[in-house]
Amino acid sequence: MIELNQLCRTFMLGDQAVHALDNISLSISPGEYISVMGPSGSGKSTLLNVLGLLDVPDSGQYRLNGTDTTALSDNARARYRREHIGFVFQSYHLVPRLTARENIELPLVLAGVAPAERKRKVTAILAQLSLTERADHLPNQLSGGQRQRVAIGRAIVMQPRLLLADEPTGNLDSQSGSDVVNILEQLNRQGITLLVVTHDSALGQRARRHIRMVDGRVVADQPPGSAAQASHA
Amino acid sequence: MRSADLLHFNLQVLLRHRFRSLMILLALAIGVAAVNLLTGLGEGARAYVLSQFSLLGNNTLIMLPGKKETSGGMPPLTGESPRDITLDDAAAIARLPGVTAVAPMLVGISEVRFNARARDVVIAGTSSDYFRIRQLSVQQGQPLPTVALDTASPVAVIGSTVKRELFGNAPALGQWLKAGDRRFRVIGILDSKGQAMGMDMNDIILIPVASAQVLFNQPGLFRVLIESDSSAAIPALKQQLVQLMQRRQDGVADITLVSQDAILSAFGNILTTLNLAVTGIAAISLLVAGILIMNVTLISVSQRTAEIGLLKAIGAANSDIQTLFLSEALLMALLGAGAGMLLSELGLLAMRLRFTDLAFHTPWWARLLALGIAVATSLLFAWGPARRAARLSPISALQSRAN
Repeated sequence: MIELNQLCRTFMLGDQAVHALDNISLSISPGEYISVMGPSGSGKSTLLNVLGLLDVPDSGQYRLNGTDTTALSDNARARYRREHIGFVFQSYHLVPRLTARENIELPLVLAGVAPAERKRKVTAILAQLSLTERADHLPNQLSGGQRQRVAIGRAIVMQPRLLLADEPTGNLDSQSGSDVVNILEQLNRQGITLLVVTHDSALGQRARRHIRMVDGRVVADQPPGSAAQASHA
Repeated sequence: MRSADLLHFNLQVLLRHRFRSLMILLALAIGVAAVNLLTGLGEGARAYVLSQFSLLGNNTLIMLPGKKETSGGMPPLTGESPRDITLDDAAAIARLPGVTAVAPMLVGISEVRFNARARDVVIAGTSSDYFRIRQLSVQQGQPLPTVALDTASPVAVIGSTVKRELFGNAPALGQWLKAGDRRFRVIGILDSKGQAMGMDMNDIILIPVASAQVLFNQPGLFRVLIESDSSAAIPALKQQLVQLMQRRQDGVADITLVSQDAILSAFGNILTTLNLAVTGIAAISLLVAGILIMNVTLISVSQRTAEIGLLKAIGAANSDIQTLFLSEALLMALLGAGAGMLLSELGLLAMRLRFTDLAFHTPWWARLLALGIAVATSLLFAWGPARRAARLSPISALQSRAN
């Protein structure tokens, strides 16, 4: 499903080059449950952004479902994000003026889906995430766990095949956090490919495949069942 | 994105940021209202001035003594010449073919007394044709008698102000006024009529022209109003008048002929220029509103950076983001312009109710201009910030601030 080949991404901090991604090669199959861990500044988030087509690598190749994404135009990348990729962020990133229902509906609105079909899909998602009673509440009237559930609803409403989660439990207490993790794992069991970036080793250990990054390199990939073997640097 | 969804999204933004939206709407509304109000007032004033001059029909000529050779600019309203236009000249003009009315005028100011009351009043010596040319009528009594021009007669038709000042509520008809050392019997009172051609028709006394010659001891006429049977015949009549006066004034024709068109176009030009200048000033206020929109859109972009990043993450292309911000500015411009137009219409309505004889109306070109400037400045000034928003990298946008 995902093929990364010698991916590089370099940022300039002042006059110093920071190698956020340093020759990353990875292969991810459909339905995998992967955690990416590593210290701050190890390039986890950059990897997530590149995988999510939010950032473009400087060199290397990224094939998603067989398509070379590095050659895509901005509009085409936007369409890919919309149709194939869902994002869940640590700080939820809900639009504060929109209700839970409207936030979940937003990707459908951007995609130009007809209102009747939008309503049907959003209602189903609300029920699936036990948010039906909170549907018409604004984000600031919701608890952290509820907010993250709304964010997950928004991420999956377009039925993407890849779900990218950046510290999904980082802002939550342990109870809400485990609720959210349960939902994510449930989605993974239904077939969605789940990639979680986290500092939380307990959360990281729950994944079936663990990737560890340091200084922009993959230093561990367990269990090493993938095509690209990690080399201990 | 569907248009209905786009509109809904934008309206939600405007409602959520009520204060900000209100400020922009206010600025735009004031700008648009200023353009509409000022042009409306200007047009009203122009229409008023022009209507005053068109009281004189377009088949009327004014002949003034003295030749004014310069062309362009204001035609002379009073002539100064050593060579008078005489009553005989006026009588000869009346005999020209196609001339339907001739009103000689000899104007002066004299102290007018009735019993103990005295007042300086403009006294115009003229003929009964003056009533016809100027479309005057009397509310009481009768107009000047139709007699030969050189026949003096001690009668007077007085304006309504003169009547009130000298007689109060007492009847004036048949009373004898004293003007200078002469006495005139009041035979008529003019209908109220506003200012026209620089004369207040309420504060005037009309007497036969021959009587005025005696009263002011002056044979020369101040001007002669000449009415033709059709406006098409005016150019030919001008020629005939020049030829006639040439014969009568030893080959010189020391006169100036003024038609209503000349006066109207001169005044019209001045007032249009003035109106355009005022509109320009008002348009500047719209420009200021545009700059405000730019600033607010910039603030909006930076406030909503995280939202822009999010929209991109869930599938909005750069062009979608740009559309969102531009349509927001457009919506604001249309709402503001609409409010401004409503405001100015109400203002002009109030003015019309207050000054009933002035027709204050914003011309269509001014409304379109105001709307056009409002929309153009909004889009123009929102363009930069919208582009900036579209170009934001989604990652840094998302990291900028948590919601």
